Amino acid sequence: MNTSQKATLQKLGPLLALLLISGVLSVMSRDFLTVNNLLNVLRQVSINALIAFGMTFVILLGGIDLSVGAVLALSSVAIASMMAAGVDPVLATLFGVLAGAALGAVNGIIISRGKVAPFIATLGTMTVFRGLALVASDGRPITGFNSDFFTMLGAGYIGNLIPVPVITTMIAFVALWFILKKTVFGRHVYAVGGNEEASLISGVKVNRVKLWVYTLSGGLSALAGVILTSRLNSAQPNAGMGYELDAIAAVVLGGTSLSGGRGWIVGTLIGAVLIGVLNNGLNLLSVSSFYQQVIKGSVILLAVLLDRSAKK
Amino acid sequence: MLIQMQGINKSFGPVKVLEGVDFALERGEIHALMGENGAGKSTLMKILTGIYPSDAGRIHVDGREVAIHSPKEAEALGIAIIHQELNLIRELSVMDNLFLGREKTRCGWLKSGEMRALCREYLALLGISNIDPDQEAGSLSIGQQQMVEIAKALSLNAQVLIMDEPTAALSNREIEVLFKLMQDLKARGVGIVYVSHRMEEIFQVCDRISVLRDGQFVGTRVIKETRFDEIVKMMVGREIGDRYPKRSSTLGPVRFKVENLADDHTISGINFEIRQGEVLGVAGLMGAGRSEIAHSLFGLSAKSAGQIWLDGAPIHCKSAIEAIEHGIGYVTEDRKSQGLVLGLSVKENISLTNAPSKMGIIDHDAESNNVSEMIRKLSIRTRDADLEVKSLSGGNQQKVVFAKWLGIHPKVLFLDEPTRGVDVGGKAEIYHIINELAASGVAILMISSELPEVLAMSDRILVMHQGQSAGIFDAKTATQESIMHAATGGQ
Repeated sequence: MNTSQKATLQKLGPLLALLLISGVLSVMSRDFLTVNNLLNVLRQVSINALIAFGMTFVILLGGIDLSVGAVLALSSVAIASMMAAGVDPVLATLFGVLAGAALGAVNGIIISRGKVAPFIATLGTMTVFRGLALVASDGRPITGFNSDFFTMLGAGYIGNLIPVPVITTMIAFVALWFILKKTVFGRHVYAVGGNEEASLISGVKVNRVKLWVYTLSGGLSALAGVILTSRLNSAQPNAGMGYELDAIAAVVLGGTSLSGGRGWIVGTLIGAVLIGVLNNGLNLLSVSSFYQQVIKGSVILLAVLLDRSAKK
Repeated sequence: MLIQMQGINKSFGPVKVLEGVDFALERGEIHALMGENGAGKSTLMKILTGIYPSDAGRIHVDGREVAIHSPKEAEALGIAIIHQELNLIRELSVMDNLFLGREKTRCGWLKSGEMRALCREYLALLGISNIDPDQEAGSLSIGQQQMVEIAKALSLNAQVLIMDEPTAALSNREIEVLFKLMQDLKARGVGIVYVSHRMEEIFQVCDRISVLRDGQFVGTRVIKETRFDEIVKMMVGREIGDRYPKRSSTLGPVRFKVENLADDHTISGINFEIRQGEVLGVAGLMGAGRSEIAHSLFGLSAKSAGQIWLDGAPIHCKSAIEAIEHGIGYVTEDRKSQGLVLGLSVKENISLTNAPSKMGIIDHDAESNNVSEMIRKLSIRTRDADLEVKSLSGGNQQKVVFAKWLGIHPKVLFLDEPTRGVDVGGKAEIYHIINELAASGVAILMISSELPEVLAMSDRILVMHQGQSAGIFDAKTATQESIMHAATGGQ
């Protein structure tokens, strides 16, 4: 087997794992392989997938973004407060997503200009953003906004079948895939993640690339926040806790290297769906939620270990 | 016979690095190991010290056949190596470095007193008792650090000491101290393998010399019975004349001019100009500030003083981006860490400086055309432009770096050790590329540690000594001796 065939096989790994687990689940549970259930899985996956897409860019860059959950919460609180105060829902949503992007840009500036390690920088902002969400909401959920538009974003269906969040996620996926694959910016994300110094010497605007990547991650987290808030019909200042870990898991399951420069967003989508299918299947099989964690963690470890041994 | 290596073979993937190499070291001799970059010297020594396994061949130590699987096992056999890039941990003390991994302990507690006393003993043995065992290793000069490494080797009771380019970073006085020490060790029966490019030193201190060429053993000579020319001929396999292709370029007006350049730490008061089609060589010892010139001119490190003119107009480059916009390219010293993104493809590396695009979207057809043009022009040997660049040989990787800079149509090109880690054939090809660039009017600044290369490829040579210019020499009249003289501070 030559190296390119090996690389292809390795890329297919996550997909094979997904098919395998889906196969097992469809045998074990009659409810699994139904159109409704599968669309339901995709709807549940959409929040993690959106965050994980942004995380893919961040990790390709060789960084990490721990603040995604806090960005989600803070922008959700912002949107809900605005709508509760009577701001037009479309405007509020748009503004909220932009606010998330701005929070991401704060990460980007601290990391690129301040030369702070991404782990530390986003650990700090995670705490600050979460705190701000609690301050702004006084620690209580924000409810009392009724908007058909906003409810549609999280709970609506197209043609009474396909959930709106699934459409949103797919549009984001295609756009981001295009950016990574076809644009100079995408190429530079890989280059900076692969070798920052060589990129700098070659004239790549390294700081600008970093800034935009963290901005993107913030914006996508806020978009995930829109979907979550819409579904729950309330904004929780404590929402999104631990979401960074699910997103990182999806990215890693998809075969993107944590050391940067190597990976693809298709893998992340598969990784996110894999986690979703696992959650769904274990629920259908009424496995206790305690055991679910054990199984999920083991699957992630197993996948990464297999990936490691394949690379040798 | 202390060490005998016979029929050593080693391949990395499809590339044969060593083929049937023999090497023998006697007790109490200093044995030079020579060969061009890529000839296989370091690979052979890495096999002897257990860093790489050999594919075939036998190693005898003291007449007993041994298999060396790890540096630890080499240590146990009394084989120690002092690397060119020193292996001390800068933040630890001299003493802690000396006993790292084999600390003297009682029930897990460090016996600092005993280690300190032992450390003093070893340092005294080497005549360097002025070094304090509790000093941080990073605070020592390079020469002193090297001495500490030798002390460490002694403390391991090493019978075989391998020294890789030990004098590259040393001052003349430090070199004298080192040579005296080597004679002492020799008198004590230690066998020393001396890896170096510096012919003069080899003729000064070594007893025998073995030469490798392209991974093959060429021969061993007794130093007293051989001549400089014979060794060179053994190394390159032919007369030195045709190693460097001739260039016939006519020099144009001044393209690049630097006045009174200085940075914050190393260099100051540097003046030079390069004409269109001219190659200005930069020679000097390690640490003399050669690369710092390129760094500060390219905007990678801040310059504290100095004016730059390009084609008569003053320019300022505060970052690589600005330098590139002015048409300045920089083939860096360290290909792997600064030149290439190893995980990306040949194509992506070549177009890193200038991917053709519209509104930020890459024009893949135009890119592929550009890249295949470059691959053809520089005869880069790769099966496919989409192959990862790290799968290429050193010479071809270097050509990818050149291709990347050709893409910006440079007016000025800085080359820092352009043929480091490139084999003889690849070198000739790179020299051709340099000549062609010069012929097309590019002004070239070429930093190199290989004096023959500097002498043959340059029109004029700027010699650096301790951060300052020790003069600019005409390459036609300069000799290795006159350059070395200036580089070591001789007047």
